[in-house]
Amino acid sequence: MLTRQSLLLCLGLLVLSPAVCAHDDAKIFHALRLELDAGEDRDNQSVSSWNLDGWIGGDNNKLWLKSVGDVVGHSTQISENWALYSRNIGTFWDAQAGVRYDNRPKSTGYFVAGITGLAPYRFETEAHFFASEEGDISFRLREENDFLLTQKLILQPYLEFNVFAQNVRDLDVGSGLSDSSIGLQLRYEITRKIAPYIEVSYESLYGETADIADRNGKHQSDSAITAGIRLMF
Amino acid sequence: MLFLYRLIQVWLYCGLLVLCGAASAAEYQLDIRKETVNITGKPLQRVTVNHSLPAPTLYWTEGEEVVVHVTNHMTEPSSVHWHGILLPGYMDGVKGLNNYPGIEPGQTFTYRFTVRQSGTYWYHSHTNGQEQDGLFGALIIRPKGTDLVQADREHVVMFSDFSEETSGEILSNLKMSSDYYNKARRTVGDFFQDVRDKGFKLAWQHASDWGSMRMSPTDLSDVSGYTFLTNGKTPAQNWTGVFKPGETVRLHMINGSAMSFYDVRILDTEKKRLKMTVVQADGRNVEPVPVDEFRFGVAETYDVLVTPTEEKAYTIVAEPIDRSGFAIGTLAPREGMKGLMPEQRLRALLTMADMGDMDMSGMDHNKMSKEEMADMMTQMRSGWAKTGAPRGDTLLSYSHLKFLGEQQDIRPAEREIIVKLGGNMERYIWTMDGKTEMEAEPIALRLGERVKLTFVNETMMAHPMHLHGMFVQLDNGQPAGKLPDKTVVIVPPGKSYSVLLTANEPGEWSFHCHLLYHMATGMMNKVVVAKLDGETPPLPAAPSEHTEVGHAH
Repeated sequence: MLTRQSLLLCLGLLVLSPAVCAHDDAKIFHALRLELDAGEDRDNQSVSSWNLDGWIGGDNNKLWLKSVGDVVGHSTQISENWALYSRNIGTFWDAQAGVRYDNRPKSTGYFVAGITGLAPYRFETEAHFFASEEGDISFRLREENDFLLTQKLILQPYLEFNVFAQNVRDLDVGSGLSDSSIGLQLRYEITRKIAPYIEVSYESLYGETADIADRNGKHQSDSAITAGIRLMF
Repeated sequence: MLFLYRLIQVWLYCGLLVLCGAASAAEYQLDIRKETVNITGKPLQRVTVNHSLPAPTLYWTEGEEVVVHVTNHMTEPSSVHWHGILLPGYMDGVKGLNNYPGIEPGQTFTYRFTVRQSGTYWYHSHTNGQEQDGLFGALIIRPKGTDLVQADREHVVMFSDFSEETSGEILSNLKMSSDYYNKARRTVGDFFQDVRDKGFKLAWQHASDWGSMRMSPTDLSDVSGYTFLTNGKTPAQNWTGVFKPGETVRLHMINGSAMSFYDVRILDTEKKRLKMTVVQADGRNVEPVPVDEFRFGVAETYDVLVTPTEEKAYTIVAEPIDRSGFAIGTLAPREGMKGLMPEQRLRALLTMADMGDMDMSGMDHNKMSKEEMADMMTQMRSGWAKTGAPRGDTLLSYSHLKFLGEQQDIRPAEREIIVKLGGNMERYIWTMDGKTEMEAEPIALRLGERVKLTFVNETMMAHPMHLHGMFVQLDNGQPAGKLPDKTVVIVPPGKSYSVLLTANEPGEWSFHCHLLYHMATGMMNKVVVAKLDGETPPLPAAPSEHTEVGHAH
């Protein structure tokens, strides 16, 4: 069983890591992407989300931060906050380890290990394993790619799915492939740092997870259309 | 008595020395400040020297002792490096090498050395991105005796790339996204255009070749958004050099840009090119080469002679290779005249040859269609080297350059040192031998040693490689005595290029790519030249100050 304290300790070490590792990375840079959007889902319920993703650090050692959230109506459904130590292991790849703390759907801490980078044909790839403080193991893969319609109008398809090694009753998920989300984001880069976008997304649940949703009277799939702004800093 | 006599003698000598020193020392004061400048219509804080951006042109004379007091009035450290100048390492101006301390805020550093050469050079900061932000200027050194290059008048023509962003902002943006400034990325539309032009199979093959390598065929310059300047003037401000028709005009051309390569030509009002005769490269005289155009690498200098005969305005055109504007100057019989404005040429597209991927062995030429054959021919030629110059124009090539006179050292190299030039566009890291400046092992040379340096460019960009403190000889196919001296060597994308070096200047010499943001992100190392114990280095005869052979005019 993993304790809260050990997670907090990890987090503290992570925040210090860029400074600790600064000896081989004299210059500290950063690249963070923040996306904020709002729209409606299939049931005409208002939905909104935030997505912060990026790093602070040098060529080889980085502090990688992520914060992801979904709000439906007035209630926050998902709130994940990540802090990872990211280490360069190849031209296009970083190995990562750190912690993730979720406020929603349930307060849970996780240890995270994985890789992130650019796969051939320019697929931005993230693959992470999670071990929750309850000992539950899960895996997530995310792929995205940019297709330039013009120099400023960019279509970004993405795909993300989660796999669980066991049933996690608190999260209403069953073992195996639990859910996927695919989407298309069309953004217009006013500058490289400021880009409004519209996005359509489609989420579906699978297997045991879908059955649980069914029993709870929830949709096995959902779609949404949103508009938002993407900022790079 | 004898003692007293000796003492008087010593005093006399001392007095004489002081007098001589005072007579031949040229003294300069340079004040570095951060001030508001307005070049593009937007007031910006930039680095000035004696209130000027670019820094003032310095005129030295071969053989004299120069004393330059440089005062840093900024709140950050600074430095001045004398580009291409032979001098003691301590005077070279690179912090951390040869105990040079840099110039801290409020401090003055006094450079003092004897000038051992003549020609066209420049000087710039070697600290952070201050060179981009304004700390660069021309340096012209007159020969001690008669100038082998005879002209009726001369002008300094220094090109630079000015940005409304600071060097720090540009570097941060490149680190955030290496294609941040690429405004010609391949689009879906380009792909369909390719399909129409070449058929689906070839279009798909190219897209897939680039995609699988995770590279882009449009990556030419890394940074865009520049306003290109000639002697600090925008095209609208139109720097003008005056001539009388029929005069031979010597242009000291200097590429003082941080990141920009140019194709340089001079046009008359009928778009006809004015012949330029290249007489000097990187400060060293070469046998005259008449050309219509030359590609100008970052930090290179060329002296050219032109003879405009007509009473009209000629346009000096320096077109950056990403075709994002022009640096423009005018040669005219009087101020206020304006020549023809050129049309922008097409931006080049990199090919497989620029990737260094020339392996065509897997292809069966007999089975190829006409389109495939034509495409293969395109891909085998460098896209980078394509200038778009009109057919029949003479373009300068390194292979044309011949040392004026005879090189002193014509020994073959004792050993070859391979320098691999690499990069990682995902992280915007540039390397020499796979290592950044921070990780690099210095290159150690024995004093007097003759080595061949072979650059192997594994990247898709051209790198202007620069060694401090010594000239290198281009291994350009000319006879040993005719190999031209250079301080900057362009290594084209995907290609190799060799130079010969006589390690005759002891010290620690910075060795780097002169693209500012390549240097700042790792493409830098040092060459250490030292006398090894118990060994008498085989020094060549001291190079003579003057070459008596040939006449450049």
